Parts: sequence; structure tokens; C-alpha cells
Amino acid sequence: MLHVAVATRAFRRYSTYRAATLAGIFTNSVFGIIYSYAYLALWDANPTAGGYDAQDAVTYVWLGQALLMTIALWGGGTTDDLAERIRTGDVAIDLYRPVGLLGWYLASDLGRAAYHLLTRGLGPTVIGYVVFDIALPSSPLTALAFAVSLVLAVVVSFAIRFLVASTAFWLLDQSGVKVMSGAFAIFFSGMMLPLVLFPGWLGTLAQALPWASYVQVPADIWLGKHTGADLVAALGFQVMWAVVLLAACQGVLRLATRKVVVQGG
Amino acid sequence: MAESSAVLHLRSYLQIAWLWIRAAWQYPTSFVLLAVGNGLITALDFVGLWIMFAHLDDLAGFTLPEVALLYGSASLALAVADTAIGSVERIGTYIRTGRLDQMMTKPVPLLVQVCADQFTLRRLGRLTQASIVFGWACTYVDWTPARVVVAVSMLVSGGLVFFGLFVGFSCVQFWTTDATEFANAFTYGGATVTQYPLNIFPREVLVGLTFVIPVAFVNWYPCLFLLGRSDPTGMPEALQFASPVAGVLTMAAALLVWRSGVRHYTSTGS
Repeated sequence: MLHVAVATRAFRRYSTYRAATLAGIFTNSVFGIIYSYAYLALWDANPTAGGYDAQDAVTYVWLGQALLMTIALWGGGTTDDLAERIRTGDVAIDLYRPVGLLGWYLASDLGRAAYHLLTRGLGPTVIGYVVFDIALPSSPLTALAFAVSLVLAVVVSFAIRFLVASTAFWLLDQSGVKVMSGAFAIFFSGMMLPLVLFPGWLGTLAQALPWASYVQVPADIWLGKHTGADLVAALGFQVMWAVVLLAACQGVLRLATRKVVVQGG
Repeated sequence: MAESSAVLHLRSYLQIAWLWIRAAWQYPTSFVLLAVGNGLITALDFVGLWIMFAHLDDLAGFTLPEVALLYGSASLALAVADTAIGSVERIGTYIRTGRLDQMMTKPVPLLVQVCADQFTLRRLGRLTQASIVFGWACTYVDWTPARVVVAVSMLVSGGLVFFGLFVGFSCVQFWTTDATEFANAFTYGGATVTQYPLNIFPREVLVGLTFVIPVAFVNWYPCLFLLGRSDPTGMPEALQFASPVAGVLTMAAALLVWRSGVRHYTSTGS
């Protein structure tokens, strides 16, 4: 129950910035339009590139724009608060709360993600549907699987961002690692270009890394590229990375609390 | 007199910038990672374009070296503008925290202070990558004296256009303080548009990119001249030489908006 309360508060905290949300939807949509035309030109020249058709490609563009904030691709979200609290030493207070720090921040980040999904996610999707006639999930099952995949995407992204923020325990400042991690996330999530276009070993590698959970896997589920056992495998891939990365977070946290002297103490 | 005050402003700018470089160096690991990370983002950006061409012979009639010329020149102009004055995007934060009031009391022009504030060398990564891509693409250009002149004026004008866009759209924040992202649609959106041959867009969009948000002058029109291609969209050929005009006009418009923004500004009172 406590975690629900934490998530609700995070939701409400983010919902105070209305103008920023509108500006964000506008910007996501502008980028959606730009990439749509770029992809239309690509699929016009090669109508079967990566096993997508032109409508799949354009749908992929708008899903990417819709997920950008929800999965906090650029970093940010509640893990930025954590990094700042590590830098200032306030994390000491978080650590002696009678609640696990990881669960607390995860709940908070899920609340944030829910807000971003309902605004920054829904907005561009509607605009993409109206302007570019993007594909919708073909069945309720597909939609449900997409929803599950989306939650898992946020969890995987959270775990990676949590690990990045934790480097502040040692480096005192997360910004360098955050930019590095963001660079990998943009490239390997399929945000920049669908991973299905990546050739040979690079494609195999990209599809196996945790970042594939961010955009490529949910988008493929939405597009109906995974069905039956394949769908279970896709979700299983995300679950596997979520579990592994959350365990890593827990481990890092244990190391940090044991080894590190909190600043300002 | 006007010249000496410009020199003075430049010196103040450099002093403030140097201050911030030294400040950033206090966290050396972050400093290095930031530079490398930003270089990586832009490098992977180009890898993305290269992967696109693994599935294509040409994009709307343009080959990889030709798209690289478009990409490199725009990226170079953006990198210069962004390194020099990228901090202007943060003006909303300065207004909210009251720092803008502090800045106004100091004997250095406000715009100089805002642009130099939190100056960061991390954008050197983009500068390096853009230079490499542009340099490579240049080896495919059949150079003549006229083309060299157009190429140089393209880079300078492109920088001015981006300077104007960054300053002009950041001024939105004088009226609403939490809409930074709105500006991104035009600044970074404009930069993204310039990675592609503009004939992939409908004609109305191209007209908008020529006369409203003039990013077409950053690379598209002058590059058509450098590549010796006739305009596939049939726009007037004279536009291929009009980049300096677009650069100066954008910059002048931005400075006007800046002035009216500063006049409109009434402190948050905190």
C-alpha cells in the first residue's frame, strides 16, 4: 500500500507542470512528423526493409516518440532525484527509512511513468493516428501484451538508470555516466533506427542487450510481430533483464552502503 | 567604438566560459565521460544514417556521400552555435531561481552572460564528429573557386541561423517559464530535418523550412550548388546563394525578440 501511495504522489508531482507537458507533446509530434517522412522515403526505396512495411515503419516512429518520456530514454525521472540526494548527502535519510530504497524509488518512477504515458504517450499516438494513420493493435490480447511489455520496459529502464545514479556514490556526480548510458540507450533501444534494420552481428547483439526492451520489443508486440510462443519469449526476455538488473541494483546498493562515507555527514 | 565594445564583450564571454570550464574540471571523471558520451551520441547518430544506407542505394535520389555532406555541414553549424550559446536554453531556470536578476546588476550585457553561463566543452565531441563527416563528404565534391566560397558562407550562415533559432526560441521562456521543450521542436527539430535531403518532405513543409524556420539555408540550398545538382523540388536557383541573407535576417529577428523579451521581463519577485 505504501508503494502505491509513493507512486500516486510521484504521478501528482509530475502532473503540476502542464505547460511543460503540452510543449513536450508538441515537440514529440514535430519529431514524429520529421522521422515519418524520413522513414517513408526509406521504405519507398526499399518496401520490405527489416521485414516492416511502410505503415509498420511509421507506426514504429510514433510509438518511439510516445515511449520516449515514459521509459525516460534520456535518463531523468526519479533516479535523477536519487543522484542529487547522493551528491548532497540527503540519501542518508533515505537509507534509514524503514522501507527499502530500491522499492521506494521504483514505485515513484512507475508513478512518473504512468503520468508520462497518459500525456506524453497518448498525445503523440493520437496525432500519429490522425495524421499518419498508424496501425493499432489487432486484438485485445495484443493490446494487453503491449501493456505488460510497457511496464517491463519501464522497470528495465529504471534499473539501468538506478545503476547509473548509484555511480554517484563513488564519482559524486552522475552526469558523465548518464550521458554515456543515454547514448547507448538511444542507439540500442531502436529509438534512432529500428533494430530490425541493424545488419548481421550488430543486429543480433542489439536484440540481445537490455535496451531492446525499451522500444523494439514493445513496438514489435504492438505491430503483431510476436505471436504465440514467440510473444511469451519476447516478454520473457524483458522479465529476464528486469530481474537481472534489479538484482544488480540491490547488490550495488549493498556495496555502496557498506563502503561509502556519505557526504556532509 | 562599436568594435572595441564588441571585443570587450567577447573578452567577458571568454572569461566567464573559462570559469565554467575550470568548475566542470572539479569532477574530472564526469568531465571526460561527458565529452566522450556526447561524441558517442553524435557518432552513433551517423552510424544510424549509415545503417539506413545498408538497405538503400539512395535516399530520395541522394547517395551516402551526398547525404553525408548535408549531415556534416548542418552538424558543424549546429555544433558551433550550440557550443557558443547553447546555455541560452536555460533561461527559464534563471528566471525561476531569480538568477537573471543578479545577472542584470552586473556590468556585462545580459545576453553575453546568459550564453556564457555554464559553458561546457562537452560539445567538442559533436564538433569533432561533424568535422570528420564533413571532411569525408568534401572529398566527393568537385571543387571550384565559386564552390569554396559558397561552402564557407554556408558554414558561417548556418551557424548564424542556428544562433538565431536558439536565442529566438529560448525567449519564449520570458513569457512562459516551463516550456523549454517547445523551443526544442524548432532548434533540435530544425537540426534533425537538415540530416535528410529536403525533397523527402511535402512541398508545403519545404516552403516552411525556407521562409518561416529557415533551416533549408543551413545546408540544403548551398549543398545543391556544391553538388552541382538542379533542385529536385524546382525552387528558384537564386536561393542556393541566399544563405548569408537568411543567416543575418534570422539573427536580427532573434535579437529583436530577445530585446522585447528582456523589456517584457518582470522579475518573479523572489
